[in-house]
Amino acid sequence: MEKKIIYMDNAATTPVKPAVLEAMLPYFTEKFGNPSSIYSISSENKNAITEARETIAQTLHTAPENIYFTAGGSESDNWALKATADAYGTKGKHIITTKIEHHALLHTCGYLEQKGFEVTYLDVDENGLVDPAKLEQAIRPDTILISVMFANNEIGTIEPIAEIGKIAKEHGVLFHTDAVQAYTQVPIDVDEMNIDMLSASGHKINGPKGIGFLYIRKGVKIRSFVHGGAQERHRRAGTENVPGIIGLAKAAQIATGDMSERTAKEREIRDHLIARIETEIPYARLNGDRTKRLPNNVNFSFQFIEGESMLIMLDGKGICASSGSACTSGSLDPSHVLLAIGLPHEIAHGSLRLTISDETTMEEADYVVDQLKEIVEWLRSMSPLYEDFVKKARS
Amino acid sequence: MYSEKVMDHFQNPRNVGEIEDASGVGTVGNAKCGDIMRIYLDIDDDQIIRDCKFKTFGCGAAVATSSMATELVKGKSIYEALKITNKAVMEALDGLPPVKVHCSLLAEEAIHAALWDYAQKHDITIEGLEKPKADISEDEEEEDY
Repeated sequence: MEKKIIYMDNAATTPVKPAVLEAMLPYFTEKFGNPSSIYSISSENKNAITEARETIAQTLHTAPENIYFTAGGSESDNWALKATADAYGTKGKHIITTKIEHHALLHTCGYLEQKGFEVTYLDVDENGLVDPAKLEQAIRPDTILISVMFANNEIGTIEPIAEIGKIAKEHGVLFHTDAVQAYTQVPIDVDEMNIDMLSASGHKINGPKGIGFLYIRKGVKIRSFVHGGAQERHRRAGTENVPGIIGLAKAAQIATGDMSERTAKEREIRDHLIARIETEIPYARLNGDRTKRLPNNVNFSFQFIEGESMLIMLDGKGICASSGSACTSGSLDPSHVLLAIGLPHEIAHGSLRLTISDETTMEEADYVVDQLKEIVEWLRSMSPLYEDFVKKARS
Repeated sequence: MYSEKVMDHFQNPRNVGEIEDASGVGTVGNAKCGDIMRIYLDIDDDQIIRDCKFKTFGCGAAVATSSMATELVKGKSIYEALKITNKAVMEALDGLPPVKVHCSLLAEEAIHAALWDYAQKHDITIEGLEKPKADISEDEEEEDY
């Protein structure tokens, strides 16, 4: 009998929805034409891309010419930062970001520091929230860019983006947000929120991998990321990933269309998971903000145990999840996000992230908690830290 | 990523537990790095390891190497146990991924730390045994909670 898989790692990636795949398929075969050519099978593809761009633009309440297709979230983040540094570097060399950004952003900042830029990494509070007042204090005359993620990928905390956008606008500083996790989970209006640049990815929203976009507000000076042909208004050369673009647009359309009902369902299951874990598993700490939280994110630290061993045991029960432990990152340090919210190393090592989807059922959620309880108990029975804790409590 | 043997020793670890009034106990590793191993030895008057138990906080490889290390030292004399290297533990597990090699080193150190504790308690010198580097059995790590 084939083992049933319960997939609770939707923040890592998601499956392509059948309707999305169906929309993409013709563009691999009969609709293969290069959109830049002039015969009809090609101009049809050009039109399809135009429509896809319009669809995406509508989801952000902006104009289609502000949407640039990329290979995904990491490329969008790289582009936003490097091209801004390039175009505005003569105006100033200071960038403000946070300690909890994705590595696509943090490592790009590190690269820019080597190139002579100065980066302020803002602290966050114990729930992972950026303080807009502290952000405002960090702005200097030579600040050219503020980049704060819309929602955190590990702990699900949703940042005060509208407030930050307002501050950035008042100070005449560009504002970029990495919305890879938030896009289609949270309503986004780039004008209302004063967002100048926004990164998003296809495979996090039941679209294909290898496609994403960068929204760039009209008027922002932005340099080419890939030099070559005239694609993407000369900003990113290379024959378009037509099936990817079609799939991304279809996925975005579906996910924006059913956002309120889908996220309501996810919230219900999320809150059920959180409530059961909090009442049934001792020495567990919910990471991330309780209310300003992505509808699909659950993140706990379980004291005295280590994350990777939890993941392997969950995998043995057919459950896919992730952890911020060092063993899953390939370094000795646990997740920078968990350290930034103030968790001691040993507690950060014992973290578990469950990210659900609209296909997750209550039964699955209950099964996961039931298994998790046993696994945590078993690993604690094996843990010298727990042994010390119990002995100390007794004495 | 793990061999079948590693998975077996992780999912069905041998000799998990404590030994009361153990002849020697060694704790090595660091909670900050995500690995702590504690090995308990029961050593008879002929210096033979009659029983061995462990407790480990750590990843799959840390648990599996602890489990295998206890299997390897059981029934051995303290001098034979001293000769068990991290390589021997790794080989017995059909290998470890490169990033997990430190787990096998920790297992070797844990055996040494337990032997050191035994030697201290019985006021003897075990030739070839050096004071273990990473014994953190003191309570200092607890402060962080």
